[in-house]
Amino acid sequence: MKEKKGIIIAGAVVGLLAVILVKFGNPANMGMCIACFIRDIAGALGLQRAEVVQYIRPEIIGIVMGAFLTAFGMKEFSSKGGSSPLVRFMLGFIVMVGALMFLGCPLRMVLRMAGGDLNALVGLAGFAAGIGIGIFFLNKGFTLKKTYSLVKFEGYIFPAAMIGLLILLLAKPAFIFFSEKAPGAAHAPILLSLIAGLIVGALAQRTRLCMVGGIRDLILFKDWYLISGFLAIFAAALIGNLVMGKFTLGFANQPVAHGDGLWNFLGMMLAGWGSVLLGGCPLRQLILSAEGNIDSVITVIGMTAGAAFAHNFSLAASGKGPAPNGKIAVIIGFAVLLLVSYFNIEKQTEVKMKGDVELEA
Amino acid sequence: MKLNQIDARGLSCPQPVLLAKKGVEKNPEGIQVLVDNTTARDNVSRFANNSGYKVEVINQGGDFLLTLQK
Repeated sequence: MKEKKGIIIAGAVVGLLAVILVKFGNPANMGMCIACFIRDIAGALGLQRAEVVQYIRPEIIGIVMGAFLTAFGMKEFSSKGGSSPLVRFMLGFIVMVGALMFLGCPLRMVLRMAGGDLNALVGLAGFAAGIGIGIFFLNKGFTLKKTYSLVKFEGYIFPAAMIGLLILLLAKPAFIFFSEKAPGAAHAPILLSLIAGLIVGALAQRTRLCMVGGIRDLILFKDWYLISGFLAIFAAALIGNLVMGKFTLGFANQPVAHGDGLWNFLGMMLAGWGSVLLGGCPLRQLILSAEGNIDSVITVIGMTAGAAFAHNFSLAASGKGPAPNGKIAVIIGFAVLLLVSYFNIEKQTEVKMKGDVELEA
Repeated sequence: MKLNQIDARGLSCPQPVLLAKKGVEKNPEGIQVLVDNTTARDNVSRFANNSGYKVEVINQGGDFLLTLQK
């Protein structure tokens, strides 16, 4: 219990901040959503032209900067990369396609459950199923291979890009798109969003908070550590929503959600499976990116590309339901995940052992 | 006593923990795991504690050598 205290507090803070952000203007049950917010940033940059989902979300900037500063301060910042970059790009892309079928990343799934959205419970079932499939391949010896050390400069590029985004957000040059209608136009004040992001980024960096890791470690190692954070987010956001009168139990008319159970399930199943192969949910990928992990930066770029394509090709679902093209994309996504899972199984699954303790330092 | 050693440097979680798990299944008396980041260090240590092993961590210039013993 003692070791879980940190992550439980972190989860509770994240859950409460999410409710507060909604209170101050973010879309309902979307105080924080990594997939949605990356999609909005892709829109603001004109990479996709869906007019209602374009905004440079300060939460993303804050999360990355919070995690970067914390990692730097704790001497945990280290530039590394080179572990199957193109596969990671594809996986990031596919996770985004799945998340936009469901309408939310795993973090928003928890927040939607805490708002009484029962569709998210269907999503959770799919998410767990996807994680289960991913674990099957992990146990078979799935690996994206080792990462290698890189020059420090490489690791600074992503946090620096966030500063660039912040400047674009504040300066609002004509080539940046900002939605005039919700949900893109629904947002809390910039400073509040930024500070909330900084706090979440710092806490998530310290505790390694991860939605997919929670269920994965519970199944794989009977380890309750990460899922404690997941449960704390749910509990805190639930209490917050009840206090604010924002809790509405049901399947119908839930905010920024649709009621197609099959595709909610399959969307999150795709996101869950892809995330297990990546080693973490979209939030965790952002945190790792901030710590100098270039493999995760590539994943985030893949998610951004996925979001851009999802709207340009009409793959993303809407409140009305899943899009026909989106269903095809999800099915293709499953086929690609199966290929990736199969072809990355290390033939020699035996653990390599060395007979002595001497090290080649 | 010399323990078997697993080199899990460069691998991202949960792979170091999976390797440790397979390692102690083969060598219940104990193993050593070499990792190169604090997340893997913490995760392998937590797995070891949960599985009834004592863990000793030695910092080796950025890498961590974890010795798991009953």
